[in-house]
Amino acid sequence: MATPSARTAGPPAGHAAPAGPGRSAAGEPTGGVRPGRGRRRAAALLITPFFVLFGAVMVAPIGYALWMSLFRERSSGLGFGGTRRVFAGLGNYTTALSDAGFRASFAHIALYCLLYIPVMIGGSLALALLVDSALARARRFFQLALFLPHAIPGLIASIIWIYLYTPGLSPVLDWIQAAGGSWDFYANDHVLLSMINLSAWQWTGYNMVIFYAALQAVPREVIEAAVVDGAGALRTALRIKIPMIASAIVMTVLFTCVGAIQIFTEPKVLNQRGAPSIDTEWSPTLFIWKAGFVQHDYGLAAAASLMLAALGIALSFVVTRLGNRWKAAV
Amino acid sequence: MTLLARGTAAPARRPSPGSPARTGARRRAPAHALLSKTVVNGLLALAACYTLLPVSWLLIAATKNHRDLFATSGFAFGDVDLVANLRHLFAFDDGIYLRWLGNSVLYSVVGSAASSLICVATGYAFDKYDFKGKEKLFALVLGGVLVPSTVIQLPMYLLATKAGVVDTYWALLLPALVNPFGVYLARVFSEGYVPDEVLEAARVDGAGELRTFARIGLPMLAPGFMTIFLFSFTASWNNFFGALVMLNDDRLYPVNLGLFMWNSVTQQQPEYYALVITGSLVAVLPLIAVFVCLQRFWRSGLTAGAVK
Repeated sequence: MATPSARTAGPPAGHAAPAGPGRSAAGEPTGGVRPGRGRRRAAALLITPFFVLFGAVMVAPIGYALWMSLFRERSSGLGFGGTRRVFAGLGNYTTALSDAGFRASFAHIALYCLLYIPVMIGGSLALALLVDSALARARRFFQLALFLPHAIPGLIASIIWIYLYTPGLSPVLDWIQAAGGSWDFYANDHVLLSMINLSAWQWTGYNMVIFYAALQAVPREVIEAAVVDGAGALRTALRIKIPMIASAIVMTVLFTCVGAIQIFTEPKVLNQRGAPSIDTEWSPTLFIWKAGFVQHDYGLAAAASLMLAALGIALSFVVTRLGNRWKAAV
Repeated sequence: MTLLARGTAAPARRPSPGSPARTGARRRAPAHALLSKTVVNGLLALAACYTLLPVSWLLIAATKNHRDLFATSGFAFGDVDLVANLRHLFAFDDGIYLRWLGNSVLYSVVGSAASSLICVATGYAFDKYDFKGKEKLFALVLGGVLVPSTVIQLPMYLLATKAGVVDTYWALLLPALVNPFGVYLARVFSEGYVPDEVLEAARVDGAGELRTFARIGLPMLAPGFMTIFLFSFTASWNNFFGALVMLNDDRLYPVNLGLFMWNSVTQQQPEYYALVITGSLVAVLPLIAVFVCLQRFWRSGLTAGAVK
């Protein structure tokens, strides 16, 4: 009985097992030892370290950000007396919302997400189905090769790709030139694609492994029944396999959304490189970074952070909702 | 039994639809089958080329001296100067690079080991014990999964300034200890890997609760521990934003922040290119090696857990 849940419990498929927690069999009445104070003490001891740290590095900062977002630093007098803190109500929120740069940063990530998420999720799903298909050879090699980018830290991946975008260093540009073409990875029209390529390179294989693990858990009888009914490989993939791993897909989309709206490293490195259309507040996180650590406007940065968090939570709800509807329909 | 067979022989589990053994399945013309096989494997090979391209370029670029880096084509070898490049890298600025590498190991390995242990203990407690407000607390943990990490960096920085831990090792280690998703995973793993009956047996034998956890629960959760460890390890090895925010002293940098700083001067001083390229390679190769090894362990751990 423990077995089926373990099969779906993989790191990847841990995603696929939303039914897991909440149904624990803990505290069943048992023979022998009286389930008394000893157990409560043990439970308290085991969870205390986590919750102390959780409070310190998650709850407290969020509370502090909430409080900070309501105040504004005013320099007093002629700038000699330092600053004093004045209550601003929702002033920081309205300042952020009326800031053209802040609004533009949300437009940037919206476009980025609209292009990146379908391409990346679609790509990893297609690759997972290919690896899972009976025709694939060298499955282990392909899995490992496709997963490899995940072993490379995001910053180093960004730097390597930046070099691959740089004329003089890049073999890719040499090939394009040899073929008689020309391409500028940093041009205003291309730089978003360059960024999407960077993210897709890092995450496609990772999600592919998640989907592949979920596909492995699809009961063999179901696939066989479809084949016996005369469904071809493509039809089996679309009609049987994809619906069977719907939970994994929804979970992956959810995590991708939460990650994508926070994008920082890639635009930061592109900006450092001088890509003309990637400014220092291109994404909301870059905006927050600039407001907080360059301009030292902590109130504004806190308000912007919380609005980004709110967007993340709203997005999670929407994705989960749509996902549940989809799962019910298939 | 079927589970066991499926768990151990996963890749071969599905007979190919075209194999002669299958009588019920619709047969395909051999030419068609060959074509589909070529297409499937061709597409996979193409994808593998894409994922391997940057790393293989890095490997070749790291062997070149500064002149050849720009003079030769990206995938052609120039004079092989890898040893000189490595010597330069490790000697540069009194060997600061080696220090960065050590820092990264400290942040990632030590931080993730501690964090995974905390997660496993918490997830186990959530699974095996009943206590007041349990599901509410767990919902709080799940909420933590969804909080964008970059959002709490600024307030965390300000709090850390007050606590005096900015620009110390603790500034990166402490946040790395908290991994709400790991707690979620640990609870799921605990449900799957640790049967309640075994714990009951231990209790009947008179073992204390904590002892039962340490001696029975924890070993059974070893594969889960490794999985959670891998998750937090990559997260902290990737943590660039946190390092950028928390650290000023370059002797505390993890390797990625150090490379970022070097990279920022390449356009003015192109001789830094070789440092960044060789430094990236040295930072990446052990990671790939560790990953390949751990991945095998991770996979077999999952299968073993499924069979138990």
